[in-house]
Amino acid sequence: MPSLRIRAGDLPLRLFGLAVLAFLLLPTLIMVPVSFDSVHFIRFPPRDFSLRWYREYLADPEWMAATVFSLQIAALTMLAATVLGTMTAVALERGRLPGREAIRALLLAPLLVPHVVVAIAVYLQFTPIGLTGTTTGFVLIHTALAIPYVVLVVSASLARLDPTLDRAAMNLGASPTRAFFAVTLPLIRPGIFAAAVFAFLSSFDETVVAFFISGDRHKTLTRKMFEDIDMNLSPIIAAASTVIVVVTIALMWLGRSAAAQVSK
Amino acid sequence: MTDAAAPALRRRPWLRTARAAPATAAPVSRDRLSRRASLLLVSPALLLLGWAFFLPVAALLFRSVSEPTWTLAHYARLIDEPLYLRIILRTLWISAGVTVLALVLGYPIALWIARARAGVAAFVTLCVLIPLWTSVLVRSYGWILLLQRNGIVNSWLKEWGFIDRSLALLYSETTVLVAMSHVLLPFMILPLVSSLKNISPDLGKAALNLGASPWRGFVHVTLPLSLPGIFAGCLMVFVLSLGFYITPALLGGPRTLMIATLISQQATEMLNWPFAGAISFVLLALSLAITFAFRKLLGVERAAAHA
Repeated sequence: MPSLRIRAGDLPLRLFGLAVLAFLLLPTLIMVPVSFDSVHFIRFPPRDFSLRWYREYLADPEWMAATVFSLQIAALTMLAATVLGTMTAVALERGRLPGREAIRALLLAPLLVPHVVVAIAVYLQFTPIGLTGTTTGFVLIHTALAIPYVVLVVSASLARLDPTLDRAAMNLGASPTRAFFAVTLPLIRPGIFAAAVFAFLSSFDETVVAFFISGDRHKTLTRKMFEDIDMNLSPIIAAASTVIVVVTIALMWLGRSAAAQVSK
Repeated sequence: MTDAAAPALRRRPWLRTARAAPATAAPVSRDRLSRRASLLLVSPALLLLGWAFFLPVAALLFRSVSEPTWTLAHYARLIDEPLYLRIILRTLWISAGVTVLALVLGYPIALWIARARAGVAAFVTLCVLIPLWTSVLVRSYGWILLLQRNGIVNSWLKEWGFIDRSLALLYSETTVLVAMSHVLLPFMILPLVSSLKNISPDLGKAALNLGASPWRGFVHVTLPLSLPGIFAGCLMVFVLSLGFYITPALLGGPRTLMIATLISQQATEMLNWPFAGAISFVLLALSLAITFAFRKLLGVERAAAHA
């Protein structure tokens, strides 16, 4: 029986595949071993194990301020985008909305516009009213950029839901609001959780807009990294990157498991 | 349910509920939110997007034709000065290169994921997802660690005696091209995987049983059937490349200025906002035009696949 499985005969193909995997992973994870070395130049493989760069990262007030600022705006963005995005998704999927498709297209538009255009446009809008380098300014624009992700994920989990469940609740006398909170919401909770994780990370990872609207005192972790990469390339950046990589992968894993739970 | 509707349902299971809904007699007014409630629910998000996203972008584009007076001078400058035209062409050229490189590197991986045993496929998928989830900034920094003057690649080459003095590996067009295809590779692989998984393995087996070599079976059966995935992946990678900022800004030099880095330079260094607006308009128009043109094509492709 001929088979389409990749067989031992496809050795060149396999080697090519392994080489591409190395190409994918090496630049992504190289900072992890580098961050545990003790010397302040870059060598690989590392010849000893030390937490020196993590200690310096934690002791440096600038790095800490940037980390705290980024976590703060990511948490607020997550809250705002999840609430607004879920409301929107409910209206899109369950409401009677004039011009539904036009509204959907408008809501997803931020996904199509290159971030550098958003960044300088927002810089121009925020500077005269003093919103650059403020928590409010960051949360406003990061929420606008995160809403499309929330709408996509929550709409998908609402679309998979059997609408008769809702109807059954209402036939039993529940008001539409009560049916939503008692039946629909618990069922799409994993979808909302996944959307919240994506919203958090979309803000935490966001680099281009943050690069333009950070102030001298309030800058995000990504902006701080960008500056240091351009200026002094200390291995503290490797330690900070490792922290980002670990946090991101852990959260994405959680978000993905939640999203997978919905599709079952 | 008719047989003809079955394949469509398999692909879009939600059609089932959509089609079944009118049959049930429940009054529509009760299970649909009222128009007023719906509008109330979408308005906060629309207001926020309107104020923090659409208004600033519109204002930026407006400045490109209204300052200092009504004028198209900023657009004329973009065409007249060979430097700017060269940057636009370079961006298109690098984006095309990134797309081709990502396709060549990504296709075998996608095929591997689609055809391998479940465990292997899950592992390879994870190897694609981890870079996708990792911030672009962190991955660009990874390339700097590898390629800088006293970086990892140079120190290895020296240790093994290939070179005496460090090579300048960063800040070249090739570096930007390779690093960008690394950053965008997952966006090529994932659409390819979903389109390859949709192809029934029986078709390939049939080709083999009819005497085709595996290569011929691939070229005549698998490859044409995966064209929608190829289009989708290429479209995504090309359009994302056009507006890419971080990687060219960190790994490129003055000789590898692309549209996005030019916009930022004009805005922050030259403080020439109307001109930055004009370049932004060109970038936006290019991205949207390509997206919609190829979406149309994709639609045609899908219709052809159904016929």
